[in-house]
Amino acid sequence: MRGKAHVYRRNDINTDEIIPARYMVKFDEREMGKHCLEDLDTDFTAKVTEGDFVVAGHNFGCGSSREHAVWALRGAGVKAVIASSFARIFMRNAINGGFLVIEAPNADEIIKDGDEIEIDPMAGEVRDLTNGKTISFQPMPGFAMEIIESGGLLQYLKNKG
Amino acid sequence: MGMTITEKILAAHAGVDSVEPGEIVDAKLDVIMCHDVTTPPAIDMLEKNGMDSVSDPDRIVVIPDHFVPNKDIASAQLNLRLRKWVKKHGIKKFYDVGRNGVCHVMLPEKGLVKPGETIICADSHTCTHGAFGAFATGVGSTDLAAAIYSGRLWFKVPSSIRVELSGELPEGVCSKDIVLELIRMIGVDGALYEVLELTGDTLPGLSMSARMTITNMAIEAGAKTGIIEPDSVTEEYLKARGVEDYEVVRSDADAQYSRTISIDVSCLEPMVAFPHLPSNGRSVTEIDEGEVEIDQAYLGSCTNGRIEDLRIAASILKGKKIAPGVRMLVVPGSTEVWKQAMSEGLLAIFADAECAVSSTTCGACLGGHMGILGEGEKCISTTNRNFTGRMGHPKSEVYLAGPATVAASAVRGFITDPRRI
Ligand code: SF4
Repeated sequence: MRGKAHVYRRNDINTDEIIPARYMVKFDEREMGKHCLEDLDTDFTAKVTEGDFVVAGHNFGCGSSREHAVWALRGAGVKAVIASSFARIFMRNAINGGFLVIEAPNADEIIKDGDEIEIDPMAGEVRDLTNGKTISFQPMPGFAMEIIESGGLLQYLKNKG
Repeated sequence: MGMTITEKILAAHAGVDSVEPGEIVDAKLDVIMCHDVTTPPAIDMLEKNGMDSVSDPDRIVVIPDHFVPNKDIASAQLNLRLRKWVKKHGIKKFYDVGRNGVCHVMLPEKGLVKPGETIICADSHTCTHGAFGAFATGVGSTDLAAAIYSGRLWFKVPSSIRVELSGELPEGVCSKDIVLELIRMIGVDGALYEVLELTGDTLPGLSMSARMTITNMAIEAGAKTGIIEPDSVTEEYLKARGVEDYEVVRSDADAQYSRTISIDVSCLEPMVAFPHLPSNGRSVTEIDEGEVEIDQAYLGSCTNGRIEDLRIAASILKGKKIAPGVRMLVVPGSTEVWKQAMSEGLLAIFADAECAVSSTTCGACLGGHMGILGEGEKCISTTNRNFTGRMGHPKSEVYLAGPATVAASAVRGFITDPRRI
């Protein structure tokens, strides 16, 4: 997985910033993607292209339980979020929806905005192809990987019968 | 080794003798609560996956609260979908507009929260119900869909932080001030993936309403939930609501905690959390008179929209008018609160003070409708979040405080110490 990194060196990027409640009257991913992160960075949706990554500090996705936050990121084309830590409901929502989140401390210091990066989930590595640095991360626990590999929690339940 | 109340509840619902933090369990759910914003996507997913069935309609409670009365056509469509689904599956515990309330205010009022239960809702403030010694936590729409379909959900067993509250609250200081102080101390991720278990000699003196204000904001410290062991105050509340058969679960004396935090509440003063994080708390005594002029004051929400909160605000507003240039919105937390406030004459006090009183809704708390802030406007609010753009324009500001501070500030026109009025 390769793409451009959009780095926000900030902690506590919350779900109100990822997708404000004013857009939650609908839940179409593409529609929500058009407003992704707009209260944090008005240029984000113009800059982001399909397959990019968002990189941030601690407690990414804190606040509301809105899964719309995951849908808005995916709708904007974001393939994964790399952060020092995640808020728990956001983390659940990502796992349940089969969206990749990577907990890698200090990634927002090592990776610079606009760098080309490559993620290798199996090896547990994020490689910054622009500056040549590699960051290791703990792969997700087995149970979470099982859900992600099933294509989400509902599919997982269905498969279990 | 002993277990905490949380570990015991999760073990019992997973059908095992014991659990440890970090373990993943598949737990049976007792209450699955649904509201109008996060439930329609869950219904959509279930339908698209050919899984549109409900494991047990009697364990489901549906309360539209966020965008009701319907704020626009799109939200009307969301609510329409919800109502059709309720009908299709014969869900009886459905409280529509005119009978509704903010879901976390209503669930206990209706006698639907019992100690020892597991409760989920696709809403982060589900932790409120931990005040009754239940394990209650917020989840997302996919989780909700899975819960509706199977009646169960996976949880990672959280470790617990023991929060010891000691002393008596001084006059003019309320439980909102306790929780704002706690979050100021530990930060918005201070309890990430953990449970805040509240104990101490302050608790017997706190009503259920005051306790719910604290557990409500556990999520603002990143916690999975807040929880309080039931005592005689809990039992009296439940009895009055006709709740009888339940099992009280308590932590063992040798239960393990990741750490202990102590707060002597007798030294607290009214607190205000400045923009844009609930952890930016300051004592009102550190704020100069006139330093923060306000445009709007908001009284309501699942944090402080109960009758006790309205009584506190009304005691300050009685016989006064709010400052010129300030708007104050009073949004009772539920239909029951609304009716009670009417019969006690509180609504008349608010109207005479020139506040706008609305029907019950989440409304402006999440920047939904009925009180949205414009660019640069400042609002002091009894709600729980003050993130960028939470109540409207990304350049507006929200200051969080208790009902007394909000009412007093509306009278003065700037953030003030309620004890001065
Ligand atoms: S009152 Fe506010 S915080 Fe509570 S459930 Fe409604 S929107 Fe959420």
